[in-house]
Amino acid sequence: MKPTILLGRLALIAGVIFLIAAPAFLSLRGMQLTTEFMSLLVLAMMWNLLAGYADIVTVGQHAFVGIGAYAFFGFLVLLGVDPYLSVLLAGVVSLIFAIPVMGLIFRLRAGYLAVGSWVVAETLMLAAGKLSAFGGGSGKSMPVSFVKSFGASTPDRYANVYWLAFALLAAAFLSTWYLLRSRIGVGLTAMRDDEEGAGAIGVNLRRARVLCFLWVAPFLGMAGAIITMQKLRVAPPASFSILDWTVYIIFIVVIGGVGSFEGPIIGTIVFFLIREFLNDLGVWHLIILGVISIGVILVEPKGIWGLLRRFVPGDLIPVGHKPRR
Amino acid sequence: MTGVWVNQIVQGILLGGLYAMFALGLSLSAGVMRFINIAHGDLIVLVCFLVLTLTTSLGLSPLVAAAITLPVVFAGGYLLQRLLLQRVLGQHVLPVILVTFGLSIIIQNALQGTYGADTRKVQGGVIEYATIHVAGEINVGVLPLVIFVSAILMVWLLDRLLYRTRIGARIRAVSDDVAAANLIGLPSPHIFALAMGFVGVTIAISAGFMSVWTNFDPTSGPSRLLIAFEAVVLGGLGSLWGTLIGGIILGVAQAVGGQFDAAWQVLAGHIVFLIIFALRPQGLFPRY
Repeated sequence: MKPTILLGRLALIAGVIFLIAAPAFLSLRGMQLTTEFMSLLVLAMMWNLLAGYADIVTVGQHAFVGIGAYAFFGFLVLLGVDPYLSVLLAGVVSLIFAIPVMGLIFRLRAGYLAVGSWVVAETLMLAAGKLSAFGGGSGKSMPVSFVKSFGASTPDRYANVYWLAFALLAAAFLSTWYLLRSRIGVGLTAMRDDEEGAGAIGVNLRRARVLCFLWVAPFLGMAGAIITMQKLRVAPPASFSILDWTVYIIFIVVIGGVGSFEGPIIGTIVFFLIREFLNDLGVWHLIILGVISIGVILVEPKGIWGLLRRFVPGDLIPVGHKPRR
Repeated sequence: MTGVWVNQIVQGILLGGLYAMFALGLSLSAGVMRFINIAHGDLIVLVCFLVLTLTTSLGLSPLVAAAITLPVVFAGGYLLQRLLLQRVLGQHVLPVILVTFGLSIIIQNALQGTYGADTRKVQGGVIEYATIHVAGEINVGVLPLVIFVSAILMVWLLDRLLYRTRIGARIRAVSDDVAAANLIGLPSPHIFALAMGFVGVTIAISAGFMSVWTNFDPTSGPSRLLIAFEAVVLGGLGSLWGTLIGGIILGVAQAVGGQFDAAWQVLAGHIVFLIIFALRPQGLFPRY
């Protein structure tokens, strides 16, 4: 193994060990941040799967995060379902919503699809504001008795939500890795590199797109549920936040490297490292992120990972296959 | 009672004129350059703030201010296309979506940093309050009527420009086949940039009217983009007159929805769009 690859993989393993060991030594604030980190990483991996591989650039990803949040709240608070089962059910509801949404926006292509997905997200957000059981436009907080159902004390609750986010991240990481290494994934990688060529050698483009869209929806919904377990309330503009669940995610993936498995991971780490510093700058932090991502697209469209990849001879997380000799 | 509803529909049609204006530029860039400019709404709002600054700090009338913005925004559109967008247009669709998306976020936050988050409006003077009594409960504001007539005029002029002039023929040529246009000696980057300059003119005119008629704040852009996008898709891609009809449908849907319950105004527009789109994805008057 080349030393650069070894170094990269060691860093990756160190990261996993950190995530497993973190609850033992992190403060509550640190736990909260790391939980948020894992949720955002799941969102970034999912957006990357759609935009980077399947050529489905959505600007409406926050729709499914919001649906997950509302579904979770509905199952837990309104129907009294077990909180952990509610997280799973939030993923199911998100998947169910994905089917008609897909039916609508898959009639559009490229930029039209991007804005079309945004229209759908906006409509769903406004519609969520009409649900009086969820507090209408101003939203609703989770009653304390339900909050205690996933952690009797505050440290307990933080730890439970942490491990849920960890489990979701692990599931998203391993299953998406498996997907990309499968026959379908090889087709997706071919689509990423040359769509017409992929179609010509027999990759079923439509089936691959449908699979990816439906793959992503439950993960987004469950991430929305876990985010709601942290925020303890739902409200249309916060649960369906385009800034938090779409704008930041797009910046993360573009800066980290779109169309690679490593890109979203690098992007999320970079985002968290610079966020604390950038937050002091008010509106300027978004301007800076916007300028950086436009710069990235002009200079190195494959982002930081694309830049590093010039010195690293292979993938850290191998999604391809070596041809047999 | 029917008078109230008829009045709402009339107001909706007039509102549709403004929406069609938003959509014309998007329709042109989508039809010619084959991309959707996600920053379209934010560019409109940017020009609204430009008009605001010209009227408040220099004390100009909105009409003069809007006239000043015209050449500025034409040049801005030309340079935006020539220096930035042209570089990322090509085989892949991802770069141009992401660049215009980044631009949208930059404009919104730059406006917020410069002007604050307050809702603004440009004072238009007497014309704002002048109304014409038509019949019964139907009153038509002079300003909305002027805007509506201007929208029709803009569609007609743009249609003439594209199909009756030399530059229009060139624009259609580079739009149909860049390689062939280059081969016969057309300077395609220059022509694309000119087309974006014309998009800028539609943006300046619609922003001039919008700044006087409606409130706006630095985050108003996306809602304008969505309206413009819906009007373009409803009308059928490439059909300018279709875009006008699309805008009117949205305006009427919002006005009627708002009459039921003010909170339903925007949602009603989106729902009507999604229903018509589900039934007729190619739009009402598809050109191609």
